[in-house]
Amino acid sequence: MPEVKVLTRHFGAPGVTGLEGYRRVGGYRGLEKALRVGPEAVAAEVKASGLRGRGGAAFPTATKWSFLPQGVFPRYLCVNADESEPGCFKDRVLLEEMPHQLIEGAMIAAFALQVSHAFIYIRGEYRRQRELLERAVREAYSAHLCGPSVLGGEWGCELIVHGGAGAYICGEETALLDSLEGRRGQPRLKPPFPAVKGLYGQPTVVNNVETLSNLPYIVVEGGAAYAALGTEGSPGSRLFCVSGHVQSPGTFEVAMGKTTFRELIELAGGVRPGHHFKAMQPGGGSMQILGPQHLDLALDFKAVSDAGSSLGAGALVVMDETTCLVDVSMRLVDFYRHESCGKCVPCREGTYFESELMHRLEAGLATEAELGTLPDVCRAMDGRCFCPLGDTATWFVMSAYRMFPEEFHSHCGAGACPVRSALGAAA
Amino acid sequence: MADSGPGAAEAPPLGRETLARIRRSKQLYPWASSAILPSLWAVQEELGYLTPAALLAVAEELGLEPSEVEAVATFYSMYFRHRAGEHLIQVCRNVSCGLRGADELLRHLERALGVEDGGTTEDGAFTLEGTVECLGACGGAPMMQVDRISYENLDAAAADAVLEQVRSGAPRGRRSRARA
Ligand SMILES: Cc1cc2nc3c(=O)[nH]c(=O)nc-3n(C[C@H](O)[C@H](O)[C@H](O)COP(=O)(O)O)c2cc1C
Ligand code: FES
Repeated sequence: MPEVKVLTRHFGAPGVTGLEGYRRVGGYRGLEKALRVGPEAVAAEVKASGLRGRGGAAFPTATKWSFLPQGVFPRYLCVNADESEPGCFKDRVLLEEMPHQLIEGAMIAAFALQVSHAFIYIRGEYRRQRELLERAVREAYSAHLCGPSVLGGEWGCELIVHGGAGAYICGEETALLDSLEGRRGQPRLKPPFPAVKGLYGQPTVVNNVETLSNLPYIVVEGGAAYAALGTEGSPGSRLFCVSGHVQSPGTFEVAMGKTTFRELIELAGGVRPGHHFKAMQPGGGSMQILGPQHLDLALDFKAVSDAGSSLGAGALVVMDETTCLVDVSMRLVDFYRHESCGKCVPCREGTYFESELMHRLEAGLATEAELGTLPDVCRAMDGRCFCPLGDTATWFVMSAYRMFPEEFHSHCGAGACPVRSALGAAA
Repeated sequence: MADSGPGAAEAPPLGRETLARIRRSKQLYPWASSAILPSLWAVQEELGYLTPAALLAVAEELGLEPSEVEAVATFYSMYFRHRAGEHLIQVCRNVSCGLRGADELLRHLERALGVEDGGTTEDGAFTLEGTVECLGACGGAPMMQVDRISYENLDAAAADAVLEQVRSGAPRGRRSRARA
């Protein structure tokens, strides 16, 4: 069975969205234990767990924490709940099903790092999720699980829910910090990294919702137990969001490194009946396409990276034979064009150009010569943008063009989308 | 501000509850500027959009330059600078939704409401928007949000039912907007 349950093991338990119900399933025992064993011991467990960030970059969490300079206070923790990567909805599920698991994880991290303020930056579109979270935070305050004296001890930490207002780029950690400080959400130049100079110019850790939601388990059961769920290179479990042309889209928690794409797709009911698999996009809208030849790859950081893509933020979009990859590319580059913050030229102009071209191509109006400019434009963007948004705006479209060149070429001068025309003729 | 002579007894741009929310936010953060986003949300929930006078009032309450508040108000796509329809419908057309019929859903709504993407119905009840970010409901595609609440797995009949529910004023929508 590829499914394992760490994050999701208490999903649906009676009242588990509230404090009482969460306590009934052992909630906040991790925070209690953390306060008992001390910050160093907590950090050691996280190191032993091998936990890597679930926000997209997969950076080892314990290593990130260790970059905070000794003895510099105040320090801050920012919980990244901006979830806006196309295809991703796992943080939303974690917020809806177990807000207290996230709060406990955030407070464990806050204690390990000895921060005085923790902020949860939640995207503006998650209005209902924000209301649920705020209710849970109020409960946590009443029970002294956060606030000036946590569980009656000397250490205290404020926990503040901060709502965004519609900007994908604010998920990027330095843009998030600018937004939290009350500015336009534009990325900062790194270094200095947030660990050294982050929120309000102070040492800051930014961690994703799912990353932190793992901490109660890691502290209670031990880092080694968590690591053993997965493999050496890909420890632990992970919540994947499967969407697109599958029978039962949803989130599925599976062992890392031991589960294949095929098994994950089967958990989602497989490709819809009467159709067959064409391609998939792992990781979210930013990542490169994979084909049928990759279905038996394990959900393993290295295996997927060797195949030219990435597990990114834990999404998997499945496409069957009815899918036009020019249409999919068009939707993605439209998204990046809309979300480019406008700060740097290659991203601002490049996404505009990509989008205009893909619209003409999808309509069957572009010429071969126009299509021929796509690789040049993408080369001028990838690696030359101020932040990864502009780089990643080229990855899917270029990888799809390389894997399915004839599909792109067949659109040139066709007067309409040939994939759609063929479907219409077959129907 | 300029001429506030005795006769000009203009209504203050912000209600008492909104001002209280702004002041609470200011206390909450180490820097007052962090209270800009929450303050603008409070304003928008009261007025429906951000008026120039309200932006000035926020700057004054927070002790900041008006330009700092303006910069934020113009960057984020969920802040409105103009009055929109009473209810905002947003249809996600990103990949997962596109694969499961988002374009058809948008076309259906355009027909049902008699407006094009980006338009507002004549009675001012609905604004329809079809260019938005992925709204984190890809597992329930196709989907739309009405006033930031998600409705998923929509076919034409289900979308019509949502419109009906919103029209009938079931207790789910935003507060009605005061005159600015
Ligand atoms: C354009 C862009 C958007 C991002 N969006 C998100 C997001 O919505 N949520 C998230 O957790 N991380 C996002 N990230 C990654 C963050 O910068 C950061 O690496 C992450 O929050 C760190 O947390 P982790 O180490 O726990 O993964 C984004 C990065 C980029 C470049
Ligand atoms: S693609 Fe539509 S909600 Fe994610």
